[in-house]
Amino acid sequence: MTDKLSWIAVYPEIILLLMACLITLMDLGVKSRQRTRTYLWTLLTLGVVALLQFMYASGGGTLYSLYNMVVSDPMGNWLKFFATIAVMVTLVYGRPYAADRDMLRGGELFSLSMFALLGMFIMISGNNFLLIYLGLELLTLSSYALVALRRDNATATEAAMKYFVLGALASGFLLYGLSMIYGATGSLDVNAVFRAINSGRVNPQVLVFGTVFVVAGLAFKLGVVPFHMWIPDVYQGAPTAVTLMIGGAPKLAAFAIVIRLLVEGMLPLAVDWQQMLMLLAIASLLVGNLAAIMQTNLKRMLAFSTISQMGFVLLGLMSGVINGNVYSAANAYSSAMFYVVTYVLTTLASFGVILLLAREGFESEEIADFAGLNQRSPLYAAIMAICLFSLAGIPPLVGFYAKLSVLQALVASGQTLHIGLAVFAVIMSLIGAFYYLRVVKVMYFDEPITATTVAAPFDVRAVLSVNGLLVLVLGLVPGGLMTLCAHAIQQMLGT
Amino acid sequence: MGLLSLAIWMPIAFGVLLLALGRDEQARMVRWVALIGALASFLVTLPLYTGFKLDTAAMQFVEKMPWMERFNVHYHLGVDGISLWFVLLTAFINVVVVIAGWEVITRRVNQYMGAFLILSGLMIGVFAALDGMLFYVFFEATLIPMYLIIGIWGGPNKIYAAFKFFLYTLLGSLLTLIALIFLYTKSGGSFDIATWHTLPLDRTTQTLLFFAFFAAFAVKVPMWPVHTWLPDVHVEAPTGGSAVLAAIMLKLGAYGFLRFSLPIAPDAAHEWAWLLIALSLIAVIYVGLVAMVQQDMKKLVAYSSVAHMGFVTLGFFIFNDIGVAGGLVQMIAHGFVSAAMFLSIGVLYDRVHSREIASYGGVVNTMPKFAAFALFFAMANCGLPGTAGFVGEWMVILGAVKYNFWIGLAAATALIFGAAYTLWMFKRVYLGPVANDDVKALLDINGREFLMLALLAIAVLVMGVYPKPFTDVMDTSVAALLKHVALSKLN
Repeated sequence: MTDKLSWIAVYPEIILLLMACLITLMDLGVKSRQRTRTYLWTLLTLGVVALLQFMYASGGGTLYSLYNMVVSDPMGNWLKFFATIAVMVTLVYGRPYAADRDMLRGGELFSLSMFALLGMFIMISGNNFLLIYLGLELLTLSSYALVALRRDNATATEAAMKYFVLGALASGFLLYGLSMIYGATGSLDVNAVFRAINSGRVNPQVLVFGTVFVVAGLAFKLGVVPFHMWIPDVYQGAPTAVTLMIGGAPKLAAFAIVIRLLVEGMLPLAVDWQQMLMLLAIASLLVGNLAAIMQTNLKRMLAFSTISQMGFVLLGLMSGVINGNVYSAANAYSSAMFYVVTYVLTTLASFGVILLLAREGFESEEIADFAGLNQRSPLYAAIMAICLFSLAGIPPLVGFYAKLSVLQALVASGQTLHIGLAVFAVIMSLIGAFYYLRVVKVMYFDEPITATTVAAPFDVRAVLSVNGLLVLVLGLVPGGLMTLCAHAIQQMLGT
Repeated sequence: MGLLSLAIWMPIAFGVLLLALGRDEQARMVRWVALIGALASFLVTLPLYTGFKLDTAAMQFVEKMPWMERFNVHYHLGVDGISLWFVLLTAFINVVVVIAGWEVITRRVNQYMGAFLILSGLMIGVFAALDGMLFYVFFEATLIPMYLIIGIWGGPNKIYAAFKFFLYTLLGSLLTLIALIFLYTKSGGSFDIATWHTLPLDRTTQTLLFFAFFAAFAVKVPMWPVHTWLPDVHVEAPTGGSAVLAAIMLKLGAYGFLRFSLPIAPDAAHEWAWLLIALSLIAVIYVGLVAMVQQDMKKLVAYSSVAHMGFVTLGFFIFNDIGVAGGLVQMIAHGFVSAAMFLSIGVLYDRVHSREIASYGGVVNTMPKFAAFALFFAMANCGLPGTAGFVGEWMVILGAVKYNFWIGLAAATALIFGAAYTLWMFKRVYLGPVANDDVKALLDINGREFLMLALLAIAVLVMGVYPKPFTDVMDTSVAALLKHVALSKLN
């Protein structure tokens, strides 16, 4: 179904937009320091949106609407569902933290988060280069403002500035690349671009040149080496709640635009962009893991860990097309999707613990702050340990299956180069295991430096426990989510 | 739920229960729950032996259901004559370890007991898994509780030991993961170990696979020269941790050789047998000599473990039934004896807080009951006839002589070293006049310690006097395995 104004495909976006505006207005009348009313309305809205997305996603089926500007397919709908949940969880974890730091003087945290989510939705379901770009800008502009939310804090302001300058540069790259592709193919529509490239009647030089810029722009957004420099600074400098807002859900959207632009739009150029992704992946695994070893700040360490984890995602994305054969594409891209989804899940729980331990006037972001956590609170220490073992890729936690899927996609290609890359990747994850274990060591083997008990509101405790448990349970029964990702990607490739 | 599932998940469920409920104020209750959990978990493994059919090499008590459909991974369990005794041994050692930690552990008792129960379930899972991925998941998951056990309750240099243990063994097994994925691709999408056994593979592939598996299993066994993690880890681990490590965890590696390396890459195994035999002989002779000069009792027993495991790998790679069965018997015997040796050291350490041989002397004067046990276990460690230690070593030497006289001779010579370092340690620690005030103040073992040592002593004695139940179970499976390994997979 194309070329129709099927509004039904964009109901969640419309609801989100209307409610974001309404809640922003309504918040003017809220007096409480905790902004409970704004918070609850936001959660309710996101809950409804998530439910709607879940219904769309489980219904299956692909729908093009608004004159082919947006697409509603299972992959997009699942990613939007997960992104909505991730933003909800972020807000639950982040609210007490933000309230303690005078970030809830207005309701911007909530409304900006909703606009950021809207931006992600548009990125995920955009079927037009320009629309995807607009979604990206909506997301990043909201994020810049979120980072600067603690305006009297020097490091946060510095981080916001860095983020803004580098982010603008990246957007420029992306836009430049997209315009070249537009120049070569004469269209901004993803499917039309694909057809034009596939016809072989397009000037390949301009195309490849454009691809380089597109990949560079995407690499900035994913935060992979050598376009990663903003990640550690922004992760560390931003208020932790906002770090989670940047480091969680947007990864899903970034994955989606990689798929929309590179796979749906430019699959015939796979040979070119796969090579670029391979180099980016190798560099990310190397730099991310080695640099993380030296960090003493947990947020900064997790930032470098993100870089290396994204390297793994790229390994999945670069093994889709082998010798011009797209046979293994579904396998490869679904492994990358599974990786991203589980990574976001784990990141949420680990930052949840960091947020929980932070108190008024104390950030709890140095690794040493976690000393003896097991004696102060066995539950939260266990959740953090589960997350760290999962990020290190130790079974039976979900991170292991993510690595397994990607390695399987690499080995399945049968190329010696790819098997070599798999060996390289596991050696790098051995180095990774070291710095994750070091945090476990601090939590379990060291004596606590403070006897302060860990207290948290009920909602945070409940959500965090479920979150941590999911990392473990999905590790025991990972089959369902794997199949879900595989079906979603197959359907995306089929259309 | 099948018996094997019960054997795996019951200790894990009890372990999780302890983690969730226990506090140090209720340490008493925690200990009893742990003991009940361990006993119940051991009892459910007994029907595995009584119901085991001796006349078939097929897998028994099989359970199979889909686990990850996308990768065709199954929750596939079963035991044959090779794995059956390890399931029982694991559950048995778990009971002993819970008793051993009874009053010794006073900090975070619930986590200590919980970690051991979970670890026991995971290790049974390794022995029962018939699906490559399931095997790997259990194999790797054991690292987490062991890492915590060493790091939380270990000695002064525990952090170094915990990291060394984790990273050293992880490096080996990550290469094995690639090998497993490769086999999955090669076999057209199956993680079934039995399917891999019949998969034809060319020579180069077999060699690569053989060494990828070797990386994981040789480190775990541990074989010379990748054994260096073991002494460091043993010295720092708490007594219970050392006992489980020596008794069960080392066996995971040796078991892996039999389940993966030999049947999946038989031609490579034959081609490279000389290397494995050479490394095993070095372990038996050279590491035996190294053990002799140790000042630290735990280090001495750790090196003696490496030497004993050398007999196991030697038995496996001479490819005759008495050698392989001997290796298996040696694994079980070493499980009992090494656990007993470490627990005996633990008894002394709890009282004097020293592992140095030089801190003791004349212990027999103050702890006569304990010294009797210690002497018995020392004899078993040297392989005295009538104890468990004798049967396996004798069978391996017999097999080795059949294969090549000189190899058999070299292995037999090593028995002398074994007797030398064990008895010399015994002499210096237990015999002679009372050496110092610490020894003078020693109290003999209490009822709990007596029970724990007696359980092991009975096991060692029964196995030494009447090994038939052990060998009977193994015979059919070992014969089938050797028949399979003798066939070339090249085509």
